[in-house]
Amino acid sequence: MAKITFLEAIAQAQHEEMARDDSVFLMGEDVSGNVYGSSGGLLEEFGPQRVLDTPICESGFTGVAIGAAMVGMRPIVDYTIASFMYLATDQLVSMAAKSSYMYGGQTHIPAVFRAAMFYNGGIAAQHSDRNYSMFMNVPGLKIVVPSSPYDAKGLLKSAIRDDDPVLIFEDGNLWGQRGEVPGEEYLLPFGQANVLKVGSDVTIVAIAARVGESVKAAERLAKEGITAEVIDPRTLVPLDTHTILESVAKTGRLLVVDQGHRTCGAAGEIAAVVAEQGFWDLQAPIKRLTAPDMQIPFSTALEQGFYPDAGMIATAARELVKE
Amino acid sequence: MNSVSESLQLEMYRRMGLIRHFDQAVQKLFNSGRIPGSTHLSIGQEGEVVGACMALREDDYMVGNHRSHGHPIGKGAGVNALMAEILGKATGVNQGKGGSMHLADFSVGSLGESSIVGSGLPVAVGAALGSKMQGNDRVTLCFFGDGASNQGYFHESMNMAALWKLPVVFLCENNGYGVTTPNRRAAALEDISARAAGYGTPSTIVDGQQCLAVYDAVTEAVERARGGDGPTLVEAKTYRYHHHSEGPLYDNMTYRPDEELAAWKLRDPLLLFRQQLAGYLGAAELDKIEEQAQAEIAGALEFAELSPFPEPEEGYTHLYRTPIAVYGGEL
Repeated sequence: MAKITFLEAIAQAQHEEMARDDSVFLMGEDVSGNVYGSSGGLLEEFGPQRVLDTPICESGFTGVAIGAAMVGMRPIVDYTIASFMYLATDQLVSMAAKSSYMYGGQTHIPAVFRAAMFYNGGIAAQHSDRNYSMFMNVPGLKIVVPSSPYDAKGLLKSAIRDDDPVLIFEDGNLWGQRGEVPGEEYLLPFGQANVLKVGSDVTIVAIAARVGESVKAAERLAKEGITAEVIDPRTLVPLDTHTILESVAKTGRLLVVDQGHRTCGAAGEIAAVVAEQGFWDLQAPIKRLTAPDMQIPFSTALEQGFYPDAGMIATAARELVKE
Repeated sequence: MNSVSESLQLEMYRRMGLIRHFDQAVQKLFNSGRIPGSTHLSIGQEGEVVGACMALREDDYMVGNHRSHGHPIGKGAGVNALMAEILGKATGVNQGKGGSMHLADFSVGSLGESSIVGSGLPVAVGAALGSKMQGNDRVTLCFFGDGASNQGYFHESMNMAALWKLPVVFLCENNGYGVTTPNRRAAALEDISARAAGYGTPSTIVDGQQCLAVYDAVTEAVERARGGDGPTLVEAKTYRYHHHSEGPLYDNMTYRPDEELAAWKLRDPLLLFRQQLAGYLGAAELDKIEEQAQAEIAGALEFAELSPFPEPEEGYTHLYRTPIAVYGGEL
């Protein structure tokens, strides 16, 4: 298997799906220029109509994608930076998420909305959003959070073939990460979590780049005789509650790790599911590790420590196991 | 006007009649407490609705807005399923999930009605982009009001449609008011159409009470769009006889003078159309068409009344095309 970067995996997925299906096209600001490296070679192969540079108008071009999807196209919208989605929130919430329901199933919106999360790099408050949790509160969307090149490719390909609007949050901290990706075609289903480490002392559910940090933490803990089970939900909507609950039934302890903010966040939702449905399996209170409910500062001196890393995760897991 | 066949003119009159009687029936239903929520009537605007819609081919697309019972009727939708939808019945066009502000009949190219003012504009541009990419020659007609023209959506949509030369016709129904605020207090320019110049897009102003004038203007715009020459902005000056929405909110409001309403009623689109047809069609024939339209609406009402309400479990379907497990719902 070849080792490729997360970004290359995204590019491969787009390339394969565009070659497979004429109705798939990519649109967004500067997509033909391949500024970030996820659309290399697409312009040359598919031309400017299917690699469509848009003006800077997120709300407008999101509506355009939705209209195109209504008449049978399969747009992939690249927002580049997740923070820019706020400009498009009306279209995402009021049109993409609601059209199938509101029109009684007469239509559906097979569109993918790609958003990169550029936190932990001194890019300050308005470019550092990790905002998947906000959209989890909107029925009608599907929400994908890949944590590796392999997952990114398989999940994005599934997203493109899905008949519903899919938001895929790409962790910018993982863009350069290399991982093995098979040469032959594969798809990853939504709603099936990935168990990266099997363990019996504590369950760690982690999202996006926190998955890698949790695996590192689990490796450290293993040396101390603590076995942690690390679960990556892969998709937050739908959420594979079954795998999480089964794991907690075995370990009796749950740590949820999320780079998003705490209040009403993904970690809180996962914790609530276990508190409601797995309470009698718990041997200790559930613990969440999240970013603080604080805006993201510019200075590296201030931002460091905002997101749970392997050390913080290991410490929290040790405390949980002691209880 | 001379190019419009007699049968087409009769159909125009029939559809205007359908819309008028449909909205009058809805008004009665609303006043008797039969319709929950909110409803917006387009009585007075039937001329521009029908004139614009009938300039389209059957397989063309159309996007409406919140004041939009008439748009799908203009596009050729059957009235039974529309009326059933207004009453929230299982036989409604959206099976009771959309209601008055979200009528849509995709079978006749009516791509839905968004009640978020202005948000249908980019969706229409997207449908036009899809048609262009698919290599068909379908045109998309987008209805929006003077109020919507102040949303960013209007400007973003005009820009993209012009930039990409998309087959879309923007039909501004300028009825003079956004809720109670007159256009002159919401926009610096009186004419919305003037803004088209900023996007290098042709525009025209047309008397929205003259169905045939709107038909002619939109026909020209549709030809331009179908020929690959991009969008046109058509501004139809019109008026709604009713307030923004039905109900007691606007009782005793004085935002518009009674004389203004009375003057517009003298230029009623159905009345003007009859006057134009009078040269070669008898009043009896026109009366007959209107009676038939009235009877069709009465039939739709009966159909809607006799239809069952949806079963409660139907409230949990159609969220996704490929269902997933959600709290309380699908799977």
